[in-house]
Amino acid sequence: MALVEREQMLDGPGRLSEATAGDFVALLKPRVMSLVIFTAFVGQVLAPGSLNPFLAFIATLSIAVGAGAAGALNMWYDADIDAVMSRTAKRPVPDGRVTPNEALAFGVILSAFSLMTLGLMANWLAASLLAFTIFFYGVVYTMWLKRSTPQNIVIGGAAGALPPVVGWAATSGSVSLESIVLFLIIFLWTPPHFWALALFKTGDYGRAGVPMMPNVAGEASTKRQIFAYAILVAISGILPTLLGFASLYYGVFAAALGLGFVWYSWRVLRIDDESMKPAKALFGFSVFYLFAIFAALLVEAILTRVGA
Amino acid sequence: MSDENDRVKPTEAQLKSRRSRNIALALALVAFVILVYVGSIVKLGPALFNRPL
Repeated sequence: MALVEREQMLDGPGRLSEATAGDFVALLKPRVMSLVIFTAFVGQVLAPGSLNPFLAFIATLSIAVGAGAAGALNMWYDADIDAVMSRTAKRPVPDGRVTPNEALAFGVILSAFSLMTLGLMANWLAASLLAFTIFFYGVVYTMWLKRSTPQNIVIGGAAGALPPVVGWAATSGSVSLESIVLFLIIFLWTPPHFWALALFKTGDYGRAGVPMMPNVAGEASTKRQIFAYAILVAISGILPTLLGFASLYYGVFAAALGLGFVWYSWRVLRIDDESMKPAKALFGFSVFYLFAIFAALLVEAILTRVGA
Repeated sequence: MSDENDRVKPTEAQLKSRRSRNIALALALVAFVILVYVGSIVKLGPALFNRPL
């Protein structure tokens, strides 16, 4: 009897966990979260109206936790494919440090708390948009699109593009054309960013059976699509100036960055390199691009507020 | 009758990780309470406490 009990304790539901707090933090995908925090914060600052700084801080935190919860749900559901990809095999669930049920409970509870807090401290429009974001990432992208179509990250990119819209809604209580432009910049940026990654991680995605564009349509087609999206990214970057909510200075800066994006994509398209150096370079530049665009918008918004 | 030997003794690593989880959970709970408390006062103002008993 004792032996049976002991085995249950070790392997069954009563097993003693060795998960540290850090493993649960890892479930929140902190690196993705940092981008979410940054873009949501820019949305909050750019939006008309004012929210008490402390409430604004709680709103940013809620959006970050909500995004992290979506990450935990993604890791719960995707543990099987994460286990066979070198980039993700060491994540807490496939590595066995956190059980799938713990990850699921963690994701669901944090989702509920983040939505409730954002709704009570900011407004319910922002909370609804955050709920939609979590649903879109956790269910539409993770459970459905990711495993079924090479357009997975194109459509799923909407989830990653929503945080500035949520931030905007937290401050202003509305959704406007400006916040949709912020959405569009990230939405169009997502495919070339992830396809650049997929080009040098093709084997990983292939082994896991995830239909990324290079596996399905081939490298040549992916490179052409990256280039086409790069042009759209460059155009979306200057939209804030064209639509009159950012200055000409921003416009020139964004145009230069956009040209850089197109140039890096052009190199991916033209240079046939086994080591995929151009794709790696584009991936690195794409992260810098998004950060720089939102940083520029943020700096300008702060300068305008200080000057006004 | 259960005997001492029937129980699973947590290993050093299990005890250490449990402690790490407990501390993190305590900190998160305290932080949440402070956020809701201060947030409520900021949002609703001092009038929050002016209510008929």
